[in-house]
Amino acid sequence: MSIFTTFKLALRALWRNKVRTLLTMLGIIFGIGAVIAMVASGQGAQAAVRQVFQSMGTNVLIVSNQSTRGMAPSQGGGGGATLTWEDLAALQSGEISTIKWIAPALETRTQIISEDADWNSRIMGTTATWFKIRNWAATEGAVFDEDTGNSTGKIAVIGRTVAKELFPGASTAVGQIARINGQPYEIVGVLASKGQGPMGDNDDIVVIPIKTYQQKIDRGLAKYIRGNLLISMTADDVAERTMAQITALLRDRHKLDNTAEDDFRIRNPTEFAKAQQASTERISTLLAIVAAVSLFVGGIGVMNIMLVSVIERTREIGIRMAVGAKPRDVRLQFLVESIVISLVGGLHGILLGYVGAKYMADYFTWQMIFPKETAILAFVVSALVGIVFGMYPAVRASRLDPITALRYET
Amino acid sequence: MASLIEMRGIERTYVMGDNLVHALRGVDLTIEHGSSIAIMGTSGSGKSTLMNIMGCLDQPDQGTYHLDGKDVSRLSRSDLADVRGRMIGFVFQSFNLLSRTSALENVEMPLMYQGISARERHKRARAALEQVNLGGRADHHPNQLSGGQQQRVAIARALVTEAPVIMADEPTGNLDTTTSQEVMSILQGLVKQGKTIILVTHEADIAAYASRVVTLRDGSIIDDKRQTPVDAARPKDAA
Repeated sequence: MSIFTTFKLALRALWRNKVRTLLTMLGIIFGIGAVIAMVASGQGAQAAVRQVFQSMGTNVLIVSNQSTRGMAPSQGGGGGATLTWEDLAALQSGEISTIKWIAPALETRTQIISEDADWNSRIMGTTATWFKIRNWAATEGAVFDEDTGNSTGKIAVIGRTVAKELFPGASTAVGQIARINGQPYEIVGVLASKGQGPMGDNDDIVVIPIKTYQQKIDRGLAKYIRGNLLISMTADDVAERTMAQITALLRDRHKLDNTAEDDFRIRNPTEFAKAQQASTERISTLLAIVAAVSLFVGGIGVMNIMLVSVIERTREIGIRMAVGAKPRDVRLQFLVESIVISLVGGLHGILLGYVGAKYMADYFTWQMIFPKETAILAFVVSALVGIVFGMYPAVRASRLDPITALRYET
Repeated sequence: MASLIEMRGIERTYVMGDNLVHALRGVDLTIEHGSSIAIMGTSGSGKSTLMNIMGCLDQPDQGTYHLDGKDVSRLSRSDLADVRGRMIGFVFQSFNLLSRTSALENVEMPLMYQGISARERHKRARAALEQVNLGGRADHHPNQLSGGQQQRVAIARALVTEAPVIMADEPTGNLDTTTSQEVMSILQGLVKQGKTIILVTHEADIAAYASRVVTLRDGSIIDDKRQTPVDAARPKDAA
């Protein structure tokens, strides 16, 4: 029998049992839909994690005071600071060749006040280099250059969130005045939005020149750096070497003997990002497995209904065999039916999965990723489900003895 | 020309529970082209088993069976299906039509398995239905047809492949006397066209329409006689 005729027969048989066909199909629709939604969401989540860490700048290391670990830096921790300005100078000397740029960042959390509003934000004192390392530009006004960054001017570059909170009505925050610790600062730039970061809202930040910070916030110069050092490296595969060299240099400078623990900490956000990504990946995989299980259950549903169908149509099988249907013809007839159920279900499942993934992407505000390959793979998988779960019923049908089948009473 | 059916020493045993049932014990039977033969016997005589083997639905344990010169006693299931499709048309007591499928499609079905195109299938199925005077009922489903009409559809299905043998297993078992005669009249007409009709029945009335009656008992042929068939087109008890 031609494959075309076989398909026509299968469609007709399925159409005759519309409700049953639809219910069986639902198992595949939800199975494929779940797989698609989970795979797409997993990729979206990973892209979101990637984006968060890219916002921190690439090839970056953060050196901080070990003792601030128990105390949030935003609370002004740093009483036990160990990093000195001389350490910074040593790191900047060019001794470690893989260090490209280095920027000290002093920070605290305090109130910033405009005419209209006040807002509690992250106040950071740093240099022009910090903006370079973080690859962060202003959309209004400008970030610090070498001159303004090293000045003692009462100027500030603010994040998008701060601009919105402090100057809600203004067309631009640039040129406006805001007060920190009673001192007026002129806003010279508003930063491009970086969205959510691992430490919260990236855009909730106020940056002032480091010397201004030391004078007005820290009120005087200190030996120790109550903040951290942001370091950018020349390449992304030198992190380990650079970290080792920084560790050696600082241990030497801090005169730590072999048994002493480091009194500073070096973090590699990329490493952290990788760990984060790995855990996201694990969760995605887990969800995809759960989805695959539901697809498996859907496949069992197909097998179940095909077995019922074979029994119900025993007599039909007998008649077909009597008039010349070969075992192969019978096998193919039932196999095509289960493949049609699975394929049609799979197509609808792909649609459902797309809608589900889109809904989740909107809900979690991550990027909607729906790769064509996934859809094609889902299509192939649903065909395979039809073949795998339809094979046993089809083989059973083809092995019926025509005499017994003809005598079968329904 | 060789005989259409030539059976030599056919034996068939079944295992039923702990018992070995000898359904056929060495049957020899030769049937010529264009004959009509009735196989008679009580239930359990082995006539159904004989028909199944003759119809290539079953195979003998012992003995040889040549159908149209070809040995079909040791074929695979698939080859056997092929022989059935080309050589034999079945007519059953319970019609065995596919419900929810039109008369035309029922008649077309055997041709599907011979890979014949849809257009050709339609043409031949229509012609076969015309031949049994059901040309006007092609689109009717079996449940919209009377018993006699259903059996005529079944005959059309047996004719459509142009198979030389029609095997009718109690073809009138579910029909009243008048319709039975109608059906037998059609079958007799086919003999005149050169078909070989093999009738399996336990009714002497029906066997009377055949030109030869073979009687089985306990798996052996106990009687084989030629006769002048009663003409079904002329009711014998016309009242």
